[in-house]
Amino acid sequence: MSDTTTLPPLTAKDFSTDQEVRWCPGCGDYSILAQVQKVMPTLGIPRENIVIISGIGCSSRFPYYMNTYGMHSIHGRATAVASGLKASRPELSVWIVTGDGDSLSIGGNHTIHLLRRNFDVNILLFNNQIYGLTKGQYSPTSEKNKVTKSTPFGSIDHPFNPLALALGADATFVARTMDRDPKHLQSMLLRTNQHHGASFLEIYQNCNIFNDGAFEIFTEKGSKAQETLFLEQGKPFLFGPGNTKGIKLDGFTPRVVNLEDGHSADDLWIHDEHDIYKAQILVRIFDDPKIEGHLPRPFGVFYQTDRPCYEDVMAMQLEDAKARKKGDLDKLLRGNEVWVIQ
Amino acid sequence: MIRKQEVLQDVVIKFAGDSGDGMQLTGTQFTNNTALLGIDLSTFPDFPAEIRAPQGTLPGVSGYQLRFSSDRVFTPGDACDVLVAMNAAALKTNLTALKKGGKIIANVDGFDSKNLRLANYPEGENPLENGSLDNYEVIKMDVTKMTREALKEFTMGMKEKDRAKNMFVLGFLYWMYGRDMENTITFLKEKFGKKPEIFESNLRVLQAGYNFGDTTETFTTTYKVEKAKMLAGSYRSIMGNQALAYGLIAASQKSGLPMFLGSYPITPASDILHELSRHKNFGIRTFQAEDEIAAITSSIGAAYGGALGVTTTSGPGMALKAEAMGLAVMLEIPLLIVDVQRGGPSTGLPTKTEQSDLLQAYYGRNGECPMPVISASTPGDCFDVAYEAVRLAVTHMTPVILLSDGYIANGAEPWRFPSSNDLQPIHVKFKTELGHGEEKLQPYLRDEKLARPWAIPGTAGLEHRIGGLEKQNITGNVSYEPENHQLMVKIRQEKVDKIAEYIPEQKIDNGPDKGKLLVLGWGSTYGAIKSAVAELVAQGQSVAHAHLRYVRPFPKNLGEIINGFEKVLIPEINNGQLIKIIRDVYFVDAKGYNKIMGVPITKGELVEEIKKHL
Repeated sequence: MSDTTTLPPLTAKDFSTDQEVRWCPGCGDYSILAQVQKVMPTLGIPRENIVIISGIGCSSRFPYYMNTYGMHSIHGRATAVASGLKASRPELSVWIVTGDGDSLSIGGNHTIHLLRRNFDVNILLFNNQIYGLTKGQYSPTSEKNKVTKSTPFGSIDHPFNPLALALGADATFVARTMDRDPKHLQSMLLRTNQHHGASFLEIYQNCNIFNDGAFEIFTEKGSKAQETLFLEQGKPFLFGPGNTKGIKLDGFTPRVVNLEDGHSADDLWIHDEHDIYKAQILVRIFDDPKIEGHLPRPFGVFYQTDRPCYEDVMAMQLEDAKARKKGDLDKLLRGNEVWVIQ
Repeated sequence: MIRKQEVLQDVVIKFAGDSGDGMQLTGTQFTNNTALLGIDLSTFPDFPAEIRAPQGTLPGVSGYQLRFSSDRVFTPGDACDVLVAMNAAALKTNLTALKKGGKIIANVDGFDSKNLRLANYPEGENPLENGSLDNYEVIKMDVTKMTREALKEFTMGMKEKDRAKNMFVLGFLYWMYGRDMENTITFLKEKFGKKPEIFESNLRVLQAGYNFGDTTETFTTTYKVEKAKMLAGSYRSIMGNQALAYGLIAASQKSGLPMFLGSYPITPASDILHELSRHKNFGIRTFQAEDEIAAITSSIGAAYGGALGVTTTSGPGMALKAEAMGLAVMLEIPLLIVDVQRGGPSTGLPTKTEQSDLLQAYYGRNGECPMPVISASTPGDCFDVAYEAVRLAVTHMTPVILLSDGYIANGAEPWRFPSSNDLQPIHVKFKTELGHGEEKLQPYLRDEKLARPWAIPGTAGLEHRIGGLEKQNITGNVSYEPENHQLMVKIRQEKVDKIAEYIPEQKIDNGPDKGKLLVLGWGSTYGAIKSAVAELVAQGQSVAHAHLRYVRPFPKNLGEIINGFEKVLIPEINNGQLIKIIRDVYFVDAKGYNKIMGVPITKGELVEEIKKHL
């Protein structure tokens, strides 16, 4: 990486373009764009080394609004485009901006394969649980029975749990945040960038036109404390107004306890983001908030581990091969069995 | 014993056996041995789609046809002089391809009652004994028995021993054609160096086969084919897929672009992936993607980053890549899409050849989506065409489609390989800074070729965004302006058409510049058309052969050539694809000759067809 200390520090403005932002007024994407533009200058990465790749969908307009390198590719394939770019240019900081339809439906295959290969890229999955750009069909994360343009009698599809899917594909970094909590979103973007490996950050994003209020219960003041659980490494699972509630593990089952009923914080589940077994349970805390006795929805880093990245191992294989025997084109073309005609 | 040696000019041998009998290996070894003697040759491997179809059955037969000659040859031969039949099924499926009076080398053990039944011979009928082969010269050998006999001191199991029986046949043929076996012994040593017992057993059986010919009194004649008169130079034997891979490596080296191959395994293209994955020491990155779409889109990502992006596939994979090819056209980045064609539609005939995808390459995408298309005509030509395709892609900033097919991909021929110094350099210029007066990068500002700049991530000051939405001319910003779309469609077309100014003019391969009939071909029909036209030209007929390498755009003098002839005949291994385009572009009443049987056109049938038009 080049020396950045001699350059004047960049600001959020340096990351915005002259292109008019064309999301619907009130869209959650605006907040995400603002936080990304705020965080980018703090990363110490030269702007020219940042590449944002997107697929198709509302969120995928993102690269046009970021003054970095960028590609607005085709539906579902941002992850595959990014894989090829990162494999051949490991030094670049590659960000994938995608939506629930783009990365979990049409591009689901590429998403899981990128995760298992563990390219060092950052996936920002804007989940609004609806197809916005095609004007309101249900998505693979839409809840069951959802009435949309393509499901007038209610959706009969069982939805994906994106983080469970990512963990199932052996992702090395799995996190969740929301558009309406800028501070948390910024901190998650930083963590996403810090992780060396494939980072999967799900961002709950409100589509105020076709699915308004989908995450209201988690994002609005009145219910947020009760309905969300913010994860912090080494800290007990506390939630509720005044952190009066907690979650403890009863065997393998997470249960809500009331601290006012004599339960101590010491009895609670202590968050360890490096514990794969606990992470498997944690990503499964995905209850429908309408159901009585449901658990709060967790936000934060669910899981993080270190595993060699595809592009690094690939580069190593190339270097090893070159060190053993440098490629000699004439030798290659000649082969072992040659005859000469005079 | 008195032995005589007969000198032959031209021999066609077909090795046929069960797909587990090692016929491809036997054929390849005999081919290399032949090539090393400076004899010209052409091969045609023909194998079933199943890796191991039920043993002894008709669908399980694997064949390898080799023609070698002291004259120049361009096809693997219409009919065989010698048929090696390892079992009854192999005889049954290949007998029609054997010339009357031809030799049959039959492995008697492959004609037992079980094998006869599996080959659907009537109960109690054995073709080796019922007189049905009286028009041929049958050489019966107990190959299995003699192989076991040769290995009686070896401790390995019977199954292992039987695996060496192809070596017996190979040894016998080496004796029959007066060959030295050195190259095969070296090959065995390399292949089984770490398993001395396997090496020893194969060698023992190879020698046993040779000695069987040498000591058995019934064989009184050996044969010799003299060196062919070929252009002076150094030669090696090469297969099409291998040549194609080498062409890509050479282009990567000469352009200084690190290569990235995104590929998903598919017959008959996989060998290019296999070959390239062995050459990491040339800085080649091979990525076995999760599917065909990821294979091409990862290559697009790599090309965007400044690599030589390549994806290899066959017809079904091409279909899956169509949308991404459109993206590459819109992005105007260099990319190479290699389609090693096979019989279609759908899964079709995976292991059989067909010129199936010319129309797909031309038109098979949404929108107005022109891309240059270039085709390979022989195994060795795959090298030149791959190299040329890369040159077109990087100098014209465009994705390029390269069409090969199963026939030349797996076929072999002697190849006068080039020296790296003789290869034309490929000049690549990345944009490194803003031009004079340029405030920010104009990604769609073009040069005289209409090529846009290649500005890659990591270049400070040239940050820009591109994508699949319609681009505004010059700025590359998203644009839905009606006039702009019309302009951009026309520019993209003109850019591809303009390539005609940068490629060689079309040449007549053989025959007069003007006359009665032009036989116009593309791709793997080259050898058959060349041989057929040569025969008729020698007879004084007014016929000529032109063979297209560049199928989009056409060389700019092609119309002129076509107009010099009263008639045009277009032979293709498909239902008529080039002919549609030629009729469309040149308004000429071309006639087609179409064979859609999964096998190449033969010289003989083409001579008959051409005569009808003279």
